[in-house]
Amino acid sequence: MSVDTTLASTSNSLVYSAMAVYAVALGASAFDLATLGEKVGARRRASARSAAPRQELASQAGGVGTITVGRTTAPTGPAPLAEDGAPRRAAGIATSLTVLALLLHLGGVVTRGLSAHRAPWGNMYEFSVTGTAVVVLVYLGVLARRDIRWLSTFVLAPVLLSLGLAVAVLYTDSAPLVPALQSFWLIIHVSIAFVSSALFVLAFSTTVLQLVQERREVQRAQGRPTGAGRFMEALPASADLERLSYRLIAISFPLWAFTLVAGAIWAEVAWGRYWNWDPKEVWTFIIWVVYAAYLHARATGGWGGRRAAYLSIAGFACLMVNYGVVNVFFPGNHSYSGLS
Amino acid sequence: MTTTQERRAPVPDPPEVDPAPVGLGLLGWVRWTWRQLTSMRTALLLLMLLAVLAVPGSLFPQRSIDQVRVATYFEQHPDLAPWLDRLSLFDVYSSPWFSAVYLLLFISLVGCVLPRTRVHLANLRQAPPRTPARLSRLPEHRSVEVAASPERVLDAARAVMRERRYRTAEHAGPGGPSLAAQRGELRETGNLLFHLSLVGVLVAVAVGGLWGYRAQVIVPVGAPYVNNTTNLDTWDPGALVTGDSLPPFSFVLDALHVSFDDDETSGQYGAPRSFSADTTLTEAPGDAPVERTIRVNEPLRAAGASVYLAGNGYAPVLTVRDGDGNPVFSQPTPFLVQDSNYTSTGVIKIPDSPTGQVGLQGIFLPTAALGADGMPASSFPDARDPVLYLTVWTGDLGLDDGVPQNVYELDTSEMTLITTGDGIPVRLRLEPGQSAELPDGLGSVTFDSLDRYAGFTVRHDPARGAALVFSLLAIAGLTASLFVPRRRLWLRAGAVGSGAVGGSPPPGAGRTLVEVGALARSEDHGLAGEADAVLAAVLARLDEPPAPQQHPQQHTEQHTEQHPRQQRPEEGAP
Ligand code: HEM
Repeated sequence: MSVDTTLASTSNSLVYSAMAVYAVALGASAFDLATLGEKVGARRRASARSAAPRQELASQAGGVGTITVGRTTAPTGPAPLAEDGAPRRAAGIATSLTVLALLLHLGGVVTRGLSAHRAPWGNMYEFSVTGTAVVVLVYLGVLARRDIRWLSTFVLAPVLLSLGLAVAVLYTDSAPLVPALQSFWLIIHVSIAFVSSALFVLAFSTTVLQLVQERREVQRAQGRPTGAGRFMEALPASADLERLSYRLIAISFPLWAFTLVAGAIWAEVAWGRYWNWDPKEVWTFIIWVVYAAYLHARATGGWGGRRAAYLSIAGFACLMVNYGVVNVFFPGNHSYSGLS
Repeated sequence: MTTTQERRAPVPDPPEVDPAPVGLGLLGWVRWTWRQLTSMRTALLLLMLLAVLAVPGSLFPQRSIDQVRVATYFEQHPDLAPWLDRLSLFDVYSSPWFSAVYLLLFISLVGCVLPRTRVHLANLRQAPPRTPARLSRLPEHRSVEVAASPERVLDAARAVMRERRYRTAEHAGPGGPSLAAQRGELRETGNLLFHLSLVGVLVAVAVGGLWGYRAQVIVPVGAPYVNNTTNLDTWDPGALVTGDSLPPFSFVLDALHVSFDDDETSGQYGAPRSFSADTTLTEAPGDAPVERTIRVNEPLRAAGASVYLAGNGYAPVLTVRDGDGNPVFSQPTPFLVQDSNYTSTGVIKIPDSPTGQVGLQGIFLPTAALGADGMPASSFPDARDPVLYLTVWTGDLGLDDGVPQNVYELDTSEMTLITTGDGIPVRLRLEPGQSAELPDGLGSVTFDSLDRYAGFTVRHDPARGAALVFSLLAIAGLTASLFVPRRRLWLRAGAVGSGAVGGSPPPGAGRTLVEVGALARSEDHGLAGEADAVLAAVLARLDEPPAPQQHPQQHTEQHTEQHPRQQRPEEGAP
């Protein structure tokens, strides 16, 4: 089957348009963060918040019905974003543009796949384009459930960077797959790996923010100046960021385990041995073990918080090695980068 | 991190560095070492160590994957390579140090998980703990006045909690009768299942390595393959494979279909597009033959073994005649592929020619061209312009000294290369259908036609299925372990004014005060929602109107960490 070059070039145009819209969305979200940080910082200086649990007592009405007498809920941590009722116009614009860009981006992914009649993940360029689309998709998925618009800058910036790298360095013309990749396990194994990696990427962003926020909290507690980065005022407290990082990793970790197992099944079908210690397998295993260590660290006395965060960052670094270094430089059964 | 310690309460993990016993004797030391080994901190360190030690295996070529690349590495780094070899860096995953770490990790795992399993089984049989006196101290607390009697409230609560899969126990108390409920034991069950399944995976891998085998064979098109160790090119049995009786299936390679990208503008010119082998299989002697196609990613499964299409190449059909014109060799001769354009090398050994032993060493090019270094190289993998170059050796092939030889290599140590008068090796060039005279009256060689061959891998792993089942069990256990919330919930129904909230004389005497308190025993963001839902369900059963939500709370994050231990009754000693 030959390649439909019209569709392939449509795909390229769509990817370029998506990048342009992402860039504008990134500008809007950075602006939102900066102004919000300014506002929250000013308010923080004006009044210190009390962190006591909220106790609400109802008036004692008579009658036959139920009377709510009391309700205590554990504090949910300071939520600076939700407190201020003022609409965040720039954040709204950023989100709308992100949705628009993602539609263009997904269009690029789909046309790329259609142009070669296959799943659009057969080489490094396609991994990057499809992978970034999944990152944005997962971000918007989480956003649908809770307001994490403060994260958008830290999602859009790396996405844009990866897309830039993809079109400038990794670009490969659309082509059919080599026989070793012609398997429906490619679709299962790689698509789960995408979702899982996207969650790890988001967790990396929140982990870095968590560490920065923690430093600012310590500085503030000691009465020292918190330095540059007023936008951090608009972000949740480090404990909340830590919990979010954990939840992202907790969701991703079994998916990565599944990636590992699906890869092993495929290896058995393709090469006759489910585990070969091929460099790609080795690094997938290392990533899994590092995140397992993260989960263990979080449960080990004296290892939570900061030290666990370093493990999560190490896990992300391994993910990047697996993607950027192993594909290209380590010869093995997985040398499908499409680069020569 | 008080909470997390509480969560894995069954593990008696020393909170900080456990001082080594002084003067406790051997037994004390053994106990101390065991406690260290099975501690959470050791497990963590071993996990990190395992990750680090796995890295070098991806940096250096590994014998288990590619012996040729290891040999090349030795050639390129003659000084360094032997040292690396001494450190097992070419066999990382079977090296003593890598094995030591993962074995210690698994010993630690078993030592940690077995006692936890015992504690957990005991826990499963234990009733939920007594209701704390002051439910308002729990992280989640709701209270509501209803008209129903305490007994009816408790009946409703019992039904609701059963529905929500809580285990329950009833307690009497000064504040009124109460129901204690607990759920989420599946979390710990999942965690134990996960860890034990990892042991299962390890055992399955070991069994597969010890009792499995792997073999490779090259089969020219049209030729039969009979599954028997004497027919194999390589035979790599597990350490405990006894004998060499393989399941006696056989097949004929009827045809091999190969295609490559032939679009010069695509940037993928010459890339493989599809490989498939048509075979006729006879599963056991006497069975009716059936037609099967083997593709990359579609192995042939026969009699417990699997046959994979691992490669393909060219087998020129060559005939060699001696000086008298009598054929001394005539067959398809597989040439091994050296690069992505199928530049291939092969040899022909003629031990019994009247003129002495002759060896031919050849390079086959499916599409003849010159490489960048001026040497012949193929420029496309398909046979567009096939050319065979041969050099001629005479002397001793070394076949008689009993040492098994590689049929694809010529041992030239006892042979001489035939050269022209001025010392340049004689090189014959043949296209299909052509013949050439061998020098020195040795005879002639004819390139009759061009065939292809398929390279098959034959593999048997008795524990493949077990490894898969344990992996899937591990993922299932892991999912439960990460996402099933462990919760305790108490509901008390007391006559209004009996003292739980406030002290002043009640305006609504005869009414019942329903109190709900909830406690998370794991990472749990849904606890507030659960307390609300339980209360709402109880009220619905009592036909009471729902409790009004005065200030809609954000039930986004509910976490145990923010609540110091002392606020949680019943959470004392592990
Ligand atoms: C092959 C080695 C091991 C691997 C890959 C591994 C992996 C994991 C993972 C991924 C988790 C997270 C699941 C969860 O949080 O519920 C976990 C939890 C846990 N592991 Fe391991 N583990 C290993 C060995 C051990 C050992 C040796 C111990 C005992 C010292 C241990 C004790 C625990 C405990 C107590 C938890 C629960 C932590 C919690 O409460 O969150 N594990 N393990």
